Amino acid sequence: MATRTAGKGKFKPMSMSSKEYKTFAKQREPSRSVLQNCVRAFVSGGLICVLGQAIQNGYMSWMKLSATQAANPTVATLIFISVLLTCFGVYDKLAQWAGAGSAVPVTGFANSMCSAALEHRAEGLVLGVGGNMFKLAGSVIVYGTVAAFVIGLIHVIFGIRGH
Amino acid sequence: MLRGKQTWWFENRPVIIGTGTVVGPDEGAGPLTADFDLVHAELDLNQKSWEKAERLLLEQASDFAIKNSGLRKDQVQFYIGGDLLNQLISNSFTARDLGLPYIGVFGACSTSMLSLALAAHLVNSGTAEFAMAGTCSHNCTAEKQFRYPTEYGSQKPPTAQYTVTGAGAAVVAASGNGPVVTCATIGKIVDLGISDPFNMGAAMAPAAVDTIQTHLSDTGRMPADYDMIVTGDLATVGHRIAVDLFARDGVPMQDTVFSDCGLMIYDVERQKVQAGGSGCACSAVVTYGHLMKRLRRGELKRILVVATGALLSPLSYQQGETIPCIAHAVAIERGDA
Repeated sequence: MATRTAGKGKFKPMSMSSKEYKTFAKQREPSRSVLQNCVRAFVSGGLICVLGQAIQNGYMSWMKLSATQAANPTVATLIFISVLLTCFGVYDKLAQWAGAGSAVPVTGFANSMCSAALEHRAEGLVLGVGGNMFKLAGSVIVYGTVAAFVIGLIHVIFGIRGH
Repeated sequence: MLRGKQTWWFENRPVIIGTGTVVGPDEGAGPLTADFDLVHAELDLNQKSWEKAERLLLEQASDFAIKNSGLRKDQVQFYIGGDLLNQLISNSFTARDLGLPYIGVFGACSTSMLSLALAAHLVNSGTAEFAMAGTCSHNCTAEKQFRYPTEYGSQKPPTAQYTVTGAGAAVVAASGNGPVVTCATIGKIVDLGISDPFNMGAAMAPAAVDTIQTHLSDTGRMPADYDMIVTGDLATVGHRIAVDLFARDGVPMQDTVFSDCGLMIYDVERQKVQAGGSGCACSAVVTYGHLMKRLRRGELKRILVVATGALLSPLSYQQGETIPCIAHAVAIERGDA
């Protein structure tokens, strides 16, 4: 579809429908490998969980805690590691490789809060850190609570029990 | 003088007598590092906030531009500038410290050529003898305002672009030594329905193609009349689309060197910048640093710089709006050509 008209340097302005262009552009974008991202998320997410398990086992054997008692200090330790890596500017680089693998575990939640707090420190402790810390994590809490409520209803109405 | 529909013809041949470019560490690690006046080793420039760092980049670039022009600050009559931050704060504070009459403009990443075209217009029309154009962007302020906190671990898609940390400024004069601004084509908004802020190259490519085709029609020129036609920040994805759009429309871009500042500023294969560079500073530092030096050395005689801008706001894309895009083209020639 040549739009060149007679004469030197005479070209019509760009014309294409929005629908046509979206297809045109889509064909020229690099594809994202869903399989590769899934494998990476599985490996990295799995490794974070293995690390968590190791920490929990450590608390159980060295501090003689029960599995339930060891759960809270384990989560705290993972959060601490995540915050440390965020502050050192490493977590976002790991996340570019790991994708959902580093976003889904508790370390991702800690990263979202810590990164927002760091970013908005310049705007002060109240309006900056306080007001923005839950900027990303807030929606996790809101929809986590909503999901728990729905699951709770299902549990009450249908009497389905977990362990 | 208006030529064609959208092109200003500068018959009095305003001259770019001096430029200043300052960049951050990632740009310093790129292939054009030798062409910049100053390369910072730290992203924060030892400032307390990213915003202060961005401001400092522009202050330094404008100081270099004035110094390289051989002028005193008070000889510059107008300063035209813009940036990506809300209410153009980087430029407002820089203009405050410069103490010059200031015209703030917003063209997102097209601001470099928008401000240069306006500065050339002021000088060409005789309303100024010396006018300065400047712009800046910072990777972390752009991430903070448009995307997520800089340290947040989100995976960027391969179509995403890396905002250039840097600033560029140019002093345009009625006479003097240096490359000449011969004409400028002011673009129209082109929006073909791309709404993904992580795919700005694809959103902006049609705007660049539209402005270039209009420029060629207005001036009666062919791509071969330019040694180089360079877009602002289309990066890998947008550049590929633009090449194919030109081929579809029968524009012989193969007769010139058609490139993109977003692909030139970084080693896209080696540096982790996804599709390539973006941001106001991308086209500014490549043009005012690298391309000006090549024009002065005589390696290039006539170039067309087409800065591309995605005029989105964080609010507009969260509300599901598409991305309005624009491109402004400025033709620059070697002084003695």
